[in-house]
Amino acid sequence: MPWPTPSGGWATASAVSTVASGSSAAVIFIEDVLLVSIPDDIDDSGITTLQDRIAEEIVRHRARGVVIDISHLDVVDTFAGRVIGQIAAMTKLLSARSVVVGMRPAVAMTLVELGMTLAHIPTALNVRQAMKLLRAGDG
Amino acid sequence: MLIFRETIALSGDRDVVAARRCVGQALDKIGASLLRRTRMVTAVSEIARNTVIHGGGGELEITAFNDHPSRVETVFTDSGPGIADVARALSDGYTTGNGMGLGLGGAKRLVGEFIIEGQAQGGTRVKMVGFAR
Repeated sequence: MPWPTPSGGWATASAVSTVASGSSAAVIFIEDVLLVSIPDDIDDSGITTLQDRIAEEIVRHRARGVVIDISHLDVVDTFAGRVIGQIAAMTKLLSARSVVVGMRPAVAMTLVELGMTLAHIPTALNVRQAMKLLRAGDG
Repeated sequence: MLIFRETIALSGDRDVVAARRCVGQALDKIGASLLRRTRMVTAVSEIARNTVIHGGGGELEITAFNDHPSRVETVFTDSGPGIADVARALSDGYTTGNGMGLGLGGAKRLVGEFIIEGQAQGGTRVKMVGFAR
């Protein structure tokens, strides 16, 4: 059920349930942007399901951006890192842009040590900055 | 002195999450810094996943000691096919940057001690130790 946002747009939310018994990721569509928050106890199949769901939602809502919130993740390993990279690449193919927010310093350092650059994905400090980044890049 | 011991069966996705959580608890018990904690939990996640996917499932034993020196030890065992070329497995994929094949070598870089060996009865044994400081 959509609700109005302060800037005059509409927002909808849907819970993406995972195949396994892990918790779901919250997916909110707000001002043409998909905001995805990844929960801290998500498992591999949950991340994979989420990737598929994001692709569907981008097309369904004609989203122009995806904000991937990883602020709840105290660990991002090579599997999660690879999927985040895939989400970014897929988003681009679907004519949208993605921004990662909430990366913890220890996570960033560990990803570098793992040899995962994720250099092609823009990051922002928080959701607000991410939305600004996405708006700035349009038109 | 041993202050923590836990054994976790590794057969599916949820077990990898359980392994991360349990090792995190053990590292908290020895007062490991946030960065050390993140690095070792990440390493455990990689090896736990390998055990489930390539090892056909297995087991993880976690122990924590508060002295000589303060550390968390993790021992992964499986009865899978084993690793034919360990040196290659540790180095493959490092240059691609996208995550494929980085798990084993990556885990090794993230912990204080890393030992990988085939077992006489078949399968692989991986031991990783993370120090409090």
